[in-house]
Amino acid sequence: MEINLEESFQKRIDDEIKIEPRDWMPEKYRKTLLRQISQHAHSEIVGMLPEANWITRAPNLRRKVALLAKVQDEAGHGLYLYSAAETLGMSRDEMLNELHSGKAKYSSIFNYPTLTWADMGAIGWLVDGAAIMNQVPLCRASYGPYARAMVRVCKEESFHQRQGYEIMLTLCQGTPEQKAMAQDALNRWWWPSMMMFGPNDDNSPNSAQSTKWKIKRFSNDELRQKFVDVSLPQAEILGITIPDPDLKWNEARGHYDFGVINWDEFNEVVAGNGPCNKQRLKARVDAWEKGAWVREAAVAYAEKREKRNSNKENSNAA
Amino acid sequence: MAEKDLLYNYSLHLADNSMILGQRCGEWCGHGPVLEQDIALTNIALDLIGEARSLYQLAAELKGGNANEDTVAFLRDVLAYKNILLVEQPNTDWAYTIVRQFFYDVFHFYLHSELINSAEPRLSNIAAKSLKEVTYHLKWSSEWMIRLGDGTDMSREKMQEAVNGLWEYTGELYMPSDIEEQAFEAGFAPDLNILKPLWQEKVEDILAESTLYIPERNYQQKGGKKGFHSEHLGFILADMQFLQRAYPGANW
Repeated sequence: MEINLEESFQKRIDDEIKIEPRDWMPEKYRKTLLRQISQHAHSEIVGMLPEANWITRAPNLRRKVALLAKVQDEAGHGLYLYSAAETLGMSRDEMLNELHSGKAKYSSIFNYPTLTWADMGAIGWLVDGAAIMNQVPLCRASYGPYARAMVRVCKEESFHQRQGYEIMLTLCQGTPEQKAMAQDALNRWWWPSMMMFGPNDDNSPNSAQSTKWKIKRFSNDELRQKFVDVSLPQAEILGITIPDPDLKWNEARGHYDFGVINWDEFNEVVAGNGPCNKQRLKARVDAWEKGAWVREAAVAYAEKREKRNSNKENSNAA
Repeated sequence: MAEKDLLYNYSLHLADNSMILGQRCGEWCGHGPVLEQDIALTNIALDLIGEARSLYQLAAELKGGNANEDTVAFLRDVLAYKNILLVEQPNTDWAYTIVRQFFYDVFHFYLHSELINSAEPRLSNIAAKSLKEVTYHLKWSSEWMIRLGDGTDMSREKMQEAVNGLWEYTGELYMPSDIEEQAFEAGFAPDLNILKPLWQEKVEDILAESTLYIPERNYQQKGGKKGFHSEHLGFILADMQFLQRAYPGANW
């Protein structure tokens, strides 16, 4: 019986029919998705922090409003994704507990600090750019609620990416100090952005199963290559240099070759030793703990009101 | 004062109120007690800064020369800022944030309800757009006043503490500055004496429903409208103006 269920499940996936919350699914599929979607949701809300840092310091009113709206969009993405993950049987509070206890991960990129205004440009251009490469294929992921959430996320992300690139362009066309600021941001964000695609394919143990289940459509290295190929001409337009001496066009491959990623750094950041891991997690835990009385009071008030309303109805009925 | 200068100064006063409160609300972004409310407060910040921008643009137009919304907002020091003391008070916690917002929203709502009739069409247009947003702000903050005042013992205690802490900054709302008086006489600003009882009634109603009370000690601070602020404003402006000051004349 079990085998037939698995077979018909895989057939639906092969036929590109979406899996919906009430459909039968292998436990491992559910767990894989729950881990991936909740991790993605956590990345959105932790990802608010490095940019929110600059809201009070944005250089003019137009940029301030755009940054506020952008960070607010990330919160919205967190909401869609938590809702999608909840359809797999875990509540948002439980997911948040896993984030706060350190059990659940989020994207390591957000453990790097935002030091100058140019970081708002570099994050939009590179980090959101890399995120889009990872996320556009997820709009076709086999799990319906995830795929639909990702359609909305991707629309907004591509807007953020253009906005970030426009910040970089303005800086690069500005004063020498501004251009230097842009170059410095590129230097600091390039390699962490390259790491966002995850380990090399020969070192990515879960990829095969995810590909079979059509949660994953392209390999880590394929997406990383695409990111390099797209980013290089963009950097040329800006007139700043990607910090990789090995970057050069390979005629035979039809792609840019690039240098070796420092996986030791990647592993350290994943293990919790990045420059801002502790601060990011603390900020989330603090927000949650300081908000506890607010959430409790909201529940208590809703219960009181319900009770009053039902008392009123009872006395009206009598 | 020439009418143009008067309108300039009055617009700045209104703009500074919304700008500084918007800046304070923006500090919450990413740190709210629950995701939905993080989003809601950011919306309010966006509305307030949006309104401030319209008013700064008007002020810049009146000033002429190379003035624009950013030179007006970013290149004035503390003494030239004319916002009320209430809006620059720190976020402290969610209770202070809600009470500060509620006191301001009630004022802001009645102000714009009158300002839409201003003899100055540029002000009445801004007020008309803003009034729709402020109506929502007032609904949101009133609901949170009630929910937290009438929530748990702990939430009531925190809310009462915030009411007690912020009450002394509410009197200034209705102490007219010279600019406000002249703007009223010129026909483009409402009479604060008409707004005051409306504010009091609404605040008393909502506080009663929230099971909160007005503190007995009733000394009122003042000075913001004249540029004499609390120590907080200097730090707000230091953050806000940093890039404009560090890189003069740069385009962002």
